Amino acid sequence: MGGYVGRRPARHAFDLRGRVSAMTTEERRQLSDAPVPNYHLSERQLERMYYYMRLSRSLNERMMALQRQGRAAFVIAGAGQEAAQVGAAMALRPGVDWLAPYYRDLGMNIVLGMTAREAMLNELAKADDPNSFGRQMPAHWGSVSRKIVTQSSVVATQLLHATGIALGAKMRNDPIVVLTCCGEGSTSRGDFHEALNFAAIHKLPVIFYVQNNGYAISEPTVKEMPVEHVADRGQAYGIRGQVVDGMDVVAVYQTLRPAVELTRRGNGPFLIEAKCYRLWAHSSDDDDTRYRPRKELEEWALKDPVVVFRQRLLEDGMFAEEELAEIDELVTQEVRDAVEWAQQMPDPKPEDALGYVYREVQ
Amino acid sequence: MVEMRMRDALREALREELLRDERVFLLGEDIGLYGGSYTVTKGLLDEFGAKRVIDTPIAESGIVGAGIGAAMAGMRPMVELMTINFSFLAMDQIVNNAAKLHYMSNGQINIPLVIRMASGGGSQLAATHSHSLEGMYAHFPGLRIVCPSNPADGKGLLKRAFRDDNTVIFIEHTANYSLKGEVPDDEDYLVEFGKATVVREGTDVTLIGYSGSVHQATRAATMLAEQEDVDAEVIDLRTLRPLDMDTVIASVKKTNRAVVVEDDWKFGGFGGELSAQIMEQAFDWLDAPVARVSGKDVPMPYNRNLEFAALPSEEDVVDAVLSMF
Ligand SMILES: Cc1ncc(C[n+]2csc(CCOP(=O)(O)OP(=O)(O)O)c2C)c(N)n1
Ligand SMILES: [Mg+2]
Repeated sequence: MGGYVGRRPARHAFDLRGRVSAMTTEERRQLSDAPVPNYHLSERQLERMYYYMRLSRSLNERMMALQRQGRAAFVIAGAGQEAAQVGAAMALRPGVDWLAPYYRDLGMNIVLGMTAREAMLNELAKADDPNSFGRQMPAHWGSVSRKIVTQSSVVATQLLHATGIALGAKMRNDPIVVLTCCGEGSTSRGDFHEALNFAAIHKLPVIFYVQNNGYAISEPTVKEMPVEHVADRGQAYGIRGQVVDGMDVVAVYQTLRPAVELTRRGNGPFLIEAKCYRLWAHSSDDDDTRYRPRKELEEWALKDPVVVFRQRLLEDGMFAEEELAEIDELVTQEVRDAVEWAQQMPDPKPEDALGYVYREVQ
Repeated sequence: MVEMRMRDALREALREELLRDERVFLLGEDIGLYGGSYTVTKGLLDEFGAKRVIDTPIAESGIVGAGIGAAMAGMRPMVELMTINFSFLAMDQIVNNAAKLHYMSNGQINIPLVIRMASGGGSQLAATHSHSLEGMYAHFPGLRIVCPSNPADGKGLLKRAFRDDNTVIFIEHTANYSLKGEVPDDEDYLVEFGKATVVREGTDVTLIGYSGSVHQATRAATMLAEQEDVDAEVIDLRTLRPLDMDTVIASVKKTNRAVVVEDDWKFGGFGGELSAQIMEQAFDWLDAPVARVSGKDVPMPYNRNLEFAALPSEEDVVDAVLSMF
């Protein structure tokens, strides 16, 4: 993790909505953009990383609480995968590059601009949920303006869509990158192999990003594949495969960043596997005590990426405790506001079930 | 007789078949330690071991295809698919292979494979987990289509499925898993394919359902009796292939009116097949055109309001019946 790095005066200036863009010019100036040597990241980036990870976790915690209270029907969360998600999404150019995510990718959506309020509208399937207006199960992300592609619940299908998006971009000489995600269990499906092969043949600008969290619902990785690393499968298709510690947000960013730029320059696809861990049950419908050893969970909980990153920032002297506590507090308020606001927003009306089966002539 | 829930009745059937025939084995995602998405296989790993209760990778086409191969070679496999929507991923294996290999080989091989899958809406699982496509599978010659509505039939039909020399598509409605009922504990208890049951006798109109819609039809029949003084007969088809038209026609000739109730989409759905056959076989007995009550012509939405709007209701059945008089 590296040693002490000289402390710089850092000031974060998140407002209640937590968007960095909401800072005043003066506040912006106070944050240094110069890379911090030990991290190759600027203070502002580090601060945002922590904020995004914290927000993602806190939103998931509140969603689960709402579900337990009977106020939400279903939750599927990214707890344990925040570093893998935030580090990867920060390597993208927001609004330029595309994301074909999977259901756990709340952290990625936040990096690309989803607000806490929007996330709660989605969780509660409200009429104004910008992802699907209450039509899809929660966590089926999609935003045309943010170039986030909506997906079905059927795992791995989005990898093919990402391949097609990259194909179109290449045909138009559009210098974009497509990041697409799935879990390690989903790589057993034919779609994964078909997408890799196709993308490799055409050297497409797509990054296949596998978040290996150790389980596919109840099945541990040994039941899903006889090889240790999903990334090794890249070789069979002539694709570079890389493994990264998905519990370390800085390592993830530093792995994804060059891969994204190489891919953008026409070097073809990557298969990157982030080793992380699913800290919670598969979903709110799941009881993981049926299959997961408590001891294993306890060991991994010590590596909780949000906690570990916070600790690291303190130990390296990047931020003072009060500064991180202030971010924590802002996140708490932001999430509280989102929950209160979203709950009183209207549900879709029965007649809203009917439109958009076909695109009608305008 | 023992009172049990549908999921337990199905498990009993699997258990008894695993005990009876050593060629029987189970393949599926999360069916081992986890006991299956709807806990139908709970405890079977413990009892029969990992050789016969196999947790598979997420690869629907792969496991159905492997099941077909094992069946070709003399085994009696069962494949569990989490939902009927995921069976689309195995469509080529099911339709181009399981359903056709007997014919294409001129009878040299047959595929005794049981493919179980959950279907049906009402559980807020949205557009890629909730459809009712029993009728779609019924379209393909070469497949048997079984869709029980209650625990006793669930057990008897599932046991019967393992004795069949053809591929059986065994479809379980998610809303039925917790349904309780009396179930025979006799290990020779089987329910024959192609035999519908009259769930409720009546004289004024015939309501025809299968799987989840049988309960809707029955509730509608109660409403009709209590509120409208209409005496409805309710038929549970139990299997769509083979289809027991004799029971349906006998009923229609008695009541002179028929309403098909299903969760599926109306356009191209099984209700169309039923109403055509009723017309062909009992046109002169009909006092009104056959009516169909079905789901709205949309993918299943998630939000409760939306899902409710997309599914047919008891009131829809009552309205359809009243419009015939
Ligand atoms: C084709 C298909 N089969 C089964 C499922 C049911 N299912 C949903 S999530 C999941 C596990 C996926 O595991 P993994 O890819 O490792 O992702 P994780 O949930 O662990 O992040 C399964 C089997 C599905 N959605 N799609
Ligand atoms: Mg996984």
